[in-house]
Amino acid sequence: MTTETRAFNAASFFAYLKEGQLMGVRCRTCGKLSAEARPMCQDCHSRDVEWFAFSGRGQLSAFTCISVVPNAMGEKGFGRNNPYCSGIVALEEGPRISALILGVDAANPQNIATGLALTLQVEDQDKDRPTLAFVPA
Amino acid sequence: MAATLSTARRRQLGRPVSIVGAGLSRFGAFRDMTTRDLFVEAFQDLIDNMDQGIDVEDIECGYIGNYSSDLFEGQGHTAPILADWLGMTPTPITRIENACASSGSALREGIMAIASGMYDVVLVGGVEKMTDLPTEGVTDVLASAADGLYEVPAGLTFPGIYGALAKAHMDRYETSLAHLAKVGIKNHTNGALNPKAQFNTTLLDMMERRKARAEQQGQPVPDWRDEMDFLNDPRANPWIAWPLRLYDCAPITDGASCVLLVSSEIATNFTDKPVHVVGTGQASGRPLHDAVELTSLSAAREAAAQAYAMAGVTPQDIQVAEVHDCFTIAEIIATEDLGFFEPGEGPRAVDEGRTARTGDRPINTSGGLKAKGHPVGASGVAQVIETFHQLRGEAGPRQLPNPNLELGLTHNVGGTGGTCVVNILRRG
Repeated sequence: MTTETRAFNAASFFAYLKEGQLMGVRCRTCGKLSAEARPMCQDCHSRDVEWFAFSGRGQLSAFTCISVVPNAMGEKGFGRNNPYCSGIVALEEGPRISALILGVDAANPQNIATGLALTLQVEDQDKDRPTLAFVPA
Repeated sequence: MAATLSTARRRQLGRPVSIVGAGLSRFGAFRDMTTRDLFVEAFQDLIDNMDQGIDVEDIECGYIGNYSSDLFEGQGHTAPILADWLGMTPTPITRIENACASSGSALREGIMAIASGMYDVVLVGGVEKMTDLPTEGVTDVLASAADGLYEVPAGLTFPGIYGALAKAHMDRYETSLAHLAKVGIKNHTNGALNPKAQFNTTLLDMMERRKARAEQQGQPVPDWRDEMDFLNDPRANPWIAWPLRLYDCAPITDGASCVLLVSSEIATNFTDKPVHVVGTGQASGRPLHDAVELTSLSAAREAAAQAYAMAGVTPQDIQVAEVHDCFTIAEIIATEDLGFFEPGEGPRAVDEGRTARTGDRPINTSGGLKAKGHPVGASGVAQVIETFHQLRGEAGPRQLPNPNLELGLTHNVGGTGGTCVVNILRRG
């Protein structure tokens, strides 16, 4: 597999995302999983890490719906009258990650439930840096 | 969380350090003022208020917190410019950046520079000029204090991450929008007593002024009965990052702060009323998604444990505290992380008025970041200045009634918990 040869960095993380895959790393020394592409284990400091393919399934741990938006989201059409949802997703393998949450009614956040089952749906997959996003499963 | 706290061992300063003077600029939006103008104003305030005067040439070194003059006004390498405009060259000044905890960290550098024995007299402070950019631009600059690879691409903003913390707190405990609103009402009530505050007015007065303005302009006059009614009107208090609304957020502010630190041995050369630094702690934390708890900032718990251990005191000994209320939920979480209240008890303490000036646990008597304003790089030292004034009994109309104030605490957070600095101060 070519996967083992890719450098453990953000460029590889986003390249995998472009291929539709959420790849993080697993420490071969202590087993720690990270959904971020780290070259060194943050728990035991081992450099013996390997790529780990996450299933892309998880649950919504916490979220917010943002009405005052940064420029990058404004350019996508979000804003005061069209808020978007961002959240913390607990992946079924354990680690959590921040992601855009699509397919929910961000204008009515009281209808979005913590614990909602989610599945990976990469956004802007044609761009160099696609966005990690999830939708209700 | 126990694993984190167990790493806190008791550290001591090499020699005692005291605060002998303080200076604060006005806080607000000042179109024609730059970073240097703001800091000069704070410095002049310090010089003017030194009890026994100060010769600027006696200041040996400086550390100035500043988050991002680079992005806010296109000026990097700010420290030597400040040295020049303060008339302090060739004295070494170093800029310290730790997002909104920049001046909290600058203060620690000054404390350690004196404790090391290298210097006796050190200027520390902070400054931020934020209002040149439109709100979207400020939102982008503040978001860059979060992880640019793994948080910001998810659309998370600074209010957004605190919004997620608020939602997690609401899910786990009985925290409500009303609790958040009450923190804001309380801090504006305090800010109304602070002439340097950006919002030197209560929310009730703000509401009445808006009604009066509507009437003057011949528009329909809103029928708000009280502050809570006002805050529950989405036209007056729109969503920023649900469940946070406009009045849950600290404002965008220009301002500067500074204090003079000296070796305690020489403190009485400057004032009869020094305030001693008896505890200081600082810690780093992970992004929220990688935090142990989504309802607490681990760096705050660790920094507090360090500071309490150094000072040899407990949370119950602290009589006055300035905590980092960049958002209303942040104050509630801070009071829990600092051990003032058990996890989940912060909202009830607000309900019961315990954190008001008249309560048993007064928090943010200055108005906090919420009402006093939040020039991010200046806030950490501005908190220390309020505590300095309270402990010296010179906080004017907002002075706490307790005549035996001895111990105060400051809690300064960088970003969304990436950095936290906690200091404990004792009246000399």
